[in-house]
Amino acid sequence: MLPGSQLMEIVALSLKVSVTAVLLAALIGIPLGALLAIRRFPGRTTLTVLVNALMGLPPVVVGLGLYLLLSRSGPLGVLQLLYTPTAMIIAQTILVTPVIASFSQQIFSDLHHEYDEMLRAMRASRWQTVLTLIHEARHALITAILAGLGRALSEIGAVMIVGGNINHATRVMTTAIALETSKGNLRLAVSLGLILLALSFAINLALHFLRSRLERAAHA
Amino acid sequence: MPESNILPLKPKGRQEAGAGFLISVDALGYRRGGRSLLDAVSFELSRDPGITVLLGPNGAGKSLLLRLIGGLIRPDSGTIRFSPDFRGPIGMVFQKPVLLRRSVRANLLHALAIARIPRRERTGMLARLLVAADLTHCAESPARALSGGEQQRLAMARALVGDPGLLLLDEPTASLDPAATAAFEALVCKVAGEGARILLVTHDLHQARRIADDVLFLHKGRIFEHTPATTFFRAPASGEADAYCKGTLLT
Amino acid sequence: MRLPALPAVLFVLLLPLAALAGKNEIILQSTTSTQNSGLYEYLLPLLERDTGLRVKVVAVGTGQALKNARNCDGDVVLVHARDAEEKFVADEYGLKRNDVMYNDFILIGPEDDPAGVREARDITEALQRIAAARAPFASRGDDSGTHRKELRLWKAAGLDPGAAREGWYRETGSGMGATLNIAAGMGAYALTDRATWISFANREGLAILHEGDPALFNQYGVIAVNPAHCPGMNIKGAETFITWLLSDKGQKAIASYRLKGQQLFFPNAHPVLPGNGG
Repeated sequence: MLPGSQLMEIVALSLKVSVTAVLLAALIGIPLGALLAIRRFPGRTTLTVLVNALMGLPPVVVGLGLYLLLSRSGPLGVLQLLYTPTAMIIAQTILVTPVIASFSQQIFSDLHHEYDEMLRAMRASRWQTVLTLIHEARHALITAILAGLGRALSEIGAVMIVGGNINHATRVMTTAIALETSKGNLRLAVSLGLILLALSFAINLALHFLRSRLERAAHA
Repeated sequence: MPESNILPLKPKGRQEAGAGFLISVDALGYRRGGRSLLDAVSFELSRDPGITVLLGPNGAGKSLLLRLIGGLIRPDSGTIRFSPDFRGPIGMVFQKPVLLRRSVRANLLHALAIARIPRRERTGMLARLLVAADLTHCAESPARALSGGEQQRLAMARALVGDPGLLLLDEPTASLDPAATAAFEALVCKVAGEGARILLVTHDLHQARRIADDVLFLHKGRIFEHTPATTFFRAPASGEADAYCKGTLLT
Repeated sequence: MRLPALPAVLFVLLLPLAALAGKNEIILQSTTSTQNSGLYEYLLPLLERDTGLRVKVVAVGTGQALKNARNCDGDVVLVHARDAEEKFVADEYGLKRNDVMYNDFILIGPEDDPAGVREARDITEALQRIAAARAPFASRGDDSGTHRKELRLWKAAGLDPGAAREGWYRETGSGMGATLNIAAGMGAYALTDRATWISFANREGLAILHEGDPALFNQYGVIAVNPAHCPGMNIKGAETFITWLLSDKGQKAIASYRLKGQQLFFPNAHPVLPGNGG
């Protein structure tokens, strides 16, 4: 039905796409969350509301929007990214960034509230303040990243549209599950679902232990 | 720096006792929401080393005054002037110690880095600060796992980084038990004895009696008196201060 | 804000990845029935061995496949809705249309057959019986080749259950497999292509109840996207693919694909085989 090598290929692509997307989203979302939490600037409230609203963005909508952009007849068609893992990474980055940004904003907002006076009393520069807060936020940010990874790994609407579920090219766990379901291979589909669940569980477990180890080291 | 001096502090204002002010606060005013929280507050702190205790009931504006002097907030009116030879940062310790989620050592190294102390000097300073605050035994412990007294001594050690010209302590022992309070007071006196100028806010009259060189009495946003501690506790000049000491002042 | 710059930066960073994409490769916009049946997994390695061409299959409904191809998101289409295919060519989105293979549609439903379609003389009567019995019917409702066929069959039977919003007529808006799952779940009738049915595993008491009517003929056609419309497309690869598919070798390969001992697709690129209805 599904040879082991192909299963490995699908699992590997799922991980590659989602982990890359989450890293990119963290790169954008963490500074964005910090910015929203720490700086006061015009449009901050609007941007905050926007980020929170985007958390609930349906993946299909992102997929569709990105399809229109990346389609060869679309404005970014020359890049020839449609039906590539790159397109899937971009889609998931768009989906995950608001999640990480929103979590980060809450985390940084709390920390800023706690440390602001102390850091100003120490005459810390803005840069020193941001670095200190990021360092202090490191445990909590793991949760933000986990939430983002959860959204990325479980998502199907966007990767189906911009990836195309192409065998050996853009087929990931979720699209493979959908395909096997549509073939009526429910048992195989459920098995794939269980593998996805186990994968997600393993990642969560690993990061949970990382977080509690870091926290024990930091403040017992 | 003299070998005998365990703190990275230089003696200050030793040249000429009473030769002018270290800080001069003049007609300081601060309003919020139509209420005057500080009104025409004026006083001077001499350049002599020592401990000035800022006393006053709840809501008098003590913490606010401390934050204005520390530069954390700006006054609406009035001025705060520092003597031309005022050097070093202003160290602050708050009622609730805000410590980083790191070890004691890392907290102090962080403060040394923020103060832009050159790297090669940090190790030596770190060791002196640990000894001074009696924290050498727990240097590697997570700061937030320390006892309340240890945490507050660490906050004090951090405030000493960079050789502060003035230390502002805002009810640092309010949530400490008597033994921890005694240890903290000993540290404060030691620092003052080595030449630091300290302004300490407290509610604790006994503490004020124990460590104050002079007392500033603040009530309803106004300074009622600024006198040597012995005078203040023997015969307060104002009726309000007298009532406060007797526990009968209404706020 | 700086936000709009971010995607742009991302794209520039990722650009080299796109450039790595091999030249000897095409995208085939095709149908779920051909993919679900496993035909491509059998056919494409043979094609690649002969020609070195790699084919990436995007399996969607016929309507979606043609739309994607119109947007130049494919080099070749292989679908099954003759009128839509001919319109695609007439509108100059595609080059010449060629017959590739056929099989047939079948009417499936619960084995106890509450509407009695087994006794029907032809598909028209079978559908009329379903409507008369108000037996549940699962329609694709997704503008796929199968859906278009189904609509034509209802029309021929003088019925329009979709427009009449009949409660027993359920539009799933999903692919063939998903629709069969729904039919299995609610004991509904459905029209499906034979290839998907044979490869479908979750039959749950469903059975073929009506088949063999000439009106149920299911023709697949292949069209290369018009390079005049889509200058970036891989016309050489598309021609290689179509030539191979229509060659004796390709046609024999289609004929030799079997699932569960049954032949799923019957090659008819050369007009030797009977029937070209639709």
